[in-house]
Amino acid sequence: MSNLGTIVGVDVGGTFTDLFYFDEAQGRFRTNKVPSNRGDEAVGFLDGLKGFGEIEGLDSIVHGTTVGTNALLERKGAKVGLITTEGFRDVLEMRRRDRRHTWGLWGDFVPVVERDFRMEVAERTLADGTMRAEVDVAAVRAAAEKLRAMGAEALAIVFVNAFANPQNEEKAVAAARAVWHNENVACSTQILPEIREFERTSTTVLNAYLQPVVGSYLGKLEKALEGENFAGRFHIVQSNGGVMSTETARRLPARTALSGPAAGVIAAAAIAEAAGFPNVITGDLGGTSFDVSLIADGKAALAAQTTIDFGLVIRTPMIEITTIGAGGGSIAHVDAGGLLQVGPESAGSRPGPVCYGQGNTRPTLTDANVVLGRINADRPIGGKLARLDVEAAKKAIEEHVAKPLGLGVMEAAEAIVRIADSRMAGAIRLMSIERGHDPQKFAAVPFGGGGALHVSALIKDVGLKAALVPRYPGVTSALGCVIADIRHDQVQTLNIFLDGIDIEAVGTRMVEEADKARAVVEDARLSMERIDTLFELDMHYVGQTHTVRVTLPARVEGGKSDVSAEMIRNAFETAYQASFSRLLPGVPVRIVNLRTSAIGIRPSFDLKALSAPTDTTVSSATTGTRQVWFDGGWHDTTIYARLELPEGCEIQGPAILEQPDATTVVSPEFRARVDLYGNVIVERKA
Amino acid sequence: MSSLDPVTLAILKGRLEQIADEMDATLYRSAFNPTIAEAKDACHGIYHAETGDTLVQGTSGLPIFVGAMAFAVRAVIAKVARDGGLKEKDTFIFNDPYEGGTHLNDFRLVRPIFRDGKLFCWMASVGHWLDIGGNVAGSYNPKAVESFQEGVRIPVVKLISEGQMNNDIIEIISANSRVPMSNWGDLNGQLNALDLGEKRLGALLEEYGAQTIEASFEAFSNRAEALMRSAISSMPDGTYSFEDVLDNDGITDEMLTVALDLTISGDTMELDFSRSTQAAQGPINISRSTTIAACYVALKHIFTEVPANAGCLRPISFNIVDNSLLGANAPKPVAGYTETILRLIGVVLGAIAQADPDRATAAPFGTINALSVAGHRQNGSRWVMFSFFGGGLGGNPVSDGLNHANNPISTATIPPVEILEAAYPVMFTQWALRPDSAGAGVHRGGFGAVYELELLGGGDVALLGERGKQAPFGVLGGEPAALNRFFWQTEDGEKSPPMASKITDLRLPAGKRIRLETPGGGGWGDPHRRDPEKVLHDVKLGLVSVAQAKALYGVVIGTDGEIDMQATGNLRNGVAA
Repeated sequence: MSNLGTIVGVDVGGTFTDLFYFDEAQGRFRTNKVPSNRGDEAVGFLDGLKGFGEIEGLDSIVHGTTVGTNALLERKGAKVGLITTEGFRDVLEMRRRDRRHTWGLWGDFVPVVERDFRMEVAERTLADGTMRAEVDVAAVRAAAEKLRAMGAEALAIVFVNAFANPQNEEKAVAAARAVWHNENVACSTQILPEIREFERTSTTVLNAYLQPVVGSYLGKLEKALEGENFAGRFHIVQSNGGVMSTETARRLPARTALSGPAAGVIAAAAIAEAAGFPNVITGDLGGTSFDVSLIADGKAALAAQTTIDFGLVIRTPMIEITTIGAGGGSIAHVDAGGLLQVGPESAGSRPGPVCYGQGNTRPTLTDANVVLGRINADRPIGGKLARLDVEAAKKAIEEHVAKPLGLGVMEAAEAIVRIADSRMAGAIRLMSIERGHDPQKFAAVPFGGGGALHVSALIKDVGLKAALVPRYPGVTSALGCVIADIRHDQVQTLNIFLDGIDIEAVGTRMVEEADKARAVVEDARLSMERIDTLFELDMHYVGQTHTVRVTLPARVEGGKSDVSAEMIRNAFETAYQASFSRLLPGVPVRIVNLRTSAIGIRPSFDLKALSAPTDTTVSSATTGTRQVWFDGGWHDTTIYARLELPEGCEIQGPAILEQPDATTVVSPEFRARVDLYGNVIVERKA
Repeated sequence: MSSLDPVTLAILKGRLEQIADEMDATLYRSAFNPTIAEAKDACHGIYHAETGDTLVQGTSGLPIFVGAMAFAVRAVIAKVARDGGLKEKDTFIFNDPYEGGTHLNDFRLVRPIFRDGKLFCWMASVGHWLDIGGNVAGSYNPKAVESFQEGVRIPVVKLISEGQMNNDIIEIISANSRVPMSNWGDLNGQLNALDLGEKRLGALLEEYGAQTIEASFEAFSNRAEALMRSAISSMPDGTYSFEDVLDNDGITDEMLTVALDLTISGDTMELDFSRSTQAAQGPINISRSTTIAACYVALKHIFTEVPANAGCLRPISFNIVDNSLLGANAPKPVAGYTETILRLIGVVLGAIAQADPDRATAAPFGTINALSVAGHRQNGSRWVMFSFFGGGLGGNPVSDGLNHANNPISTATIPPVEILEAAYPVMFTQWALRPDSAGAGVHRGGFGAVYELELLGGGDVALLGERGKQAPFGVLGGEPAALNRFFWQTEDGEKSPPMASKITDLRLPAGKRIRLETPGGGGWGDPHRRDPEKVLHDVKLGLVSVAQAKALYGVVIGTDGEIDMQATGNLRNGVAA
């Protein structure tokens, strides 16, 4: 559809910006890593790009960003005004009547839009779309003017039952736009035309909350790129793992909430599938947390919504990520009941682990890995520190863990790692076994800095088939930016019975939705092989509240759809049976939502480009040996330069594979081999 | 055995909790009834072979069940002791509220887990079924004076005998419910959960050996006991008394007292309820086991660091009078048990607030407001909208109370307006926070809510609520919250129920509205010490009126909408204006 060109994936993290350059025509790639500059990301962004030559010569740039995530977590979004139906201004604050914790009654909740910035206007639509009262546009104008005078920078309009009939919202948007001072005006049916007023309000409001932040961030980057005469396309990765244009990102910034991690999961899925592992669990071990995602049959699991923090709900399809508070900086301590705990309290990256020598004195997971000899104290990952202070780490473990538990310091360090391993294994079990997947069919794919340290233990604890360490774990997210498809998801609540369905009307609706979604994808103008359109229905038996997601094998061609009532019924019964085993004949069936996705399939990326050298040998890759502690004792362990290991070689544990952005630990009962794509596969010894 | 290494112990703690969590999740997903699927009215755990003590609980189970399940397992142990015949692959079923149950809707399944031919532990599952007969659909009869009017009582019986399902029992239960299909679906969900739990525990036993797992059970209980004892010791010795009331039992308009004398003595605690009222005629009684379970819930909310197993109850003794409001026996009606346990949780909070001001938490709104609106559509089909409503939590040492929360016995979420309007011929005209409903304090309570709806085609209305006469209390000088109120429109203006928050057989024509106004939470600390800027902020948000700011907080807001510092100073210092 478009010509092949040069593309760069840019993943801006808290500490480093990672970049992956790919020449689509020639199949060549390069990577780059530069320090991030929090608050002025454009500096690191441009520095990193310049590492590949003139920015002017690039055709497209795809960016995975955490600017939206950070603004949400730190509550640093814009002042938002909300106009809503009379009687409903508090929906945002009342939530779904939940509480923060199962146990404990303390703590309160402050919504991102406080009550004085939420205004009501007379209007009402009924659940079936009937207009009960037309919107009072003069009242909308007055409310908008007042909110503007109060300092609101973005305006959200949410009316009850608008999903069933958006007329009043549309009129209100037009009225508000006439008096609003910027582009940041949106109504809920433009963001999420789906039933459930709290989730729709929260998503619409958080979208508005991010709009000025993400908009100005993108503006700054675009301006910087313009200054370098960049004339190509600039894109953003969304939380669903697909790519969108910056225009779409400006309109729907809430869809960037998990942009960074989603790119990593997409790359891990592609790498693993090429290597013959269609079923994987990705694990990203950072400073404070461990993020887990599941990929079954090459497809990442998508969640319909996510809760950023208590009461902050964004409903839009996102790569499903389970996060636990166990990272390299997680602090180990013995609690009042005498039990060793690792995390969730974390020393983060500043002051960081004790061995960083930046002032923390409480032992962390990284300290334990250093004391056990698993991390090379003389060559820390990332290259910011010259060396790590092993003695200080030892002392901290001695004082805070070994003494209280009556253990030796080495045993205590091993205990910290085992507890952390078991927490990570628990998170993986939640995502896999608990969902009915057989762990023996899955491989772990660690990415980010720390995960590869723990792969042997994870295989053992969860009963996984193997682990696959990508060739460049640190740039996995940047690689994901390059290979991710272009994607646009839409939802529309229908609320219709299957019996007596007006199938013509449904078909017309599907054609309209497909056209809209495809237009957004086409507008991205990245090279793509084709555009696929997927339809799903949320359906249930009347009386149930949960729905099952029904994949509809319908096609839309030449303005016509081949959907039929029979097709819908068959698809529903197949999906229902898969989830609940028994059908309920005679009970009426309802279609709640129509979900439409357009996916622009990118030219396939030949991951062989990442393959290991063929002109090296295992002995030329050997850098030495050191003592490493495994299972209660020291073991002579061979150390390898991972990137020097030749394709096809096999190494027996215990072994440590070092590379600039990761350390892979192969325990005594494991072995490792290098595959055709440059991955290291860790498996149990035969 | 007792010297299990701390690392293995920490790992096993996570693994065992995960088994119970996974059982919870399995039932939520496979249940047909929304009370389980959406409101998570269910719970699972692992229990001691001989004592039935709770060993492991899921982290997401309904709080009140977490406390009640040990009694369910004990009821089965007593049955086995009486009749014998316990075999591998048996599973028991019952809903008897007086023998380890709560109310008739809550069905318990209890399964022995054998290891090497010997009973190793029990696993149990409880879930709230939609309807089990009785006079009223949903088995929530506010006018019941005997359990027989509430539904069918199933004693502890063997549903599965050595792996063989006794279908006769299912047929008996099915024949006595308005929704047999829904119950059948829930039963299967609970069996799925038990099967899965048994499989997971089996794998863990294979991996670690029965001895290690057994030792870990003992260690967890000891640990919970040690943490509870240390928490109790941190409070000064003495007796702390607190009492509160229920509006009425729905039959006679008289208040009923829930009184607690809480005695701390070293590292033990006695909870004496003997000054409480005698058994009530209406459906607000609770059994002794439910009383203990409710205390457990209250203590877990206060001492959040103590793990959820039986060890934490070891240092605590109870004095509950047999045949009383809190120690009811068959056939005293119990369907409205939630209102009484909410009051019970309140008095524990009130007594602890005296013993340990650092933990003082003001009363939560304290009523479930079970509202049922029913009628017939134009096509003749019957509809019933049944839901519980929210209110504010109490002020506390760290924050104001949470606005519009669920009750402490539950983690259920409320259905959205749009789902209710799509399903039933009603139109909500208000779904909002209720100004001036929070108890004033340094940390005020959370705000309650106003729910107002129009009956588009008319209908019958019933409400079972509380807090219509005595408002949720404040602590450490904090003020009480607002009362619960309920109104309906008539040709001659608005009316309220004679029994405060309880009414049945109310028939309204199309176009009329009903309105429920729920209490906030009580206040924490003297409201005159609340930062005037915070009071002003609440006034600007429209949540506290200028009048209340002055009357309760001693903050005078001028006509310019800002604080009149001098008048405020005078008022707060007791200087006459």
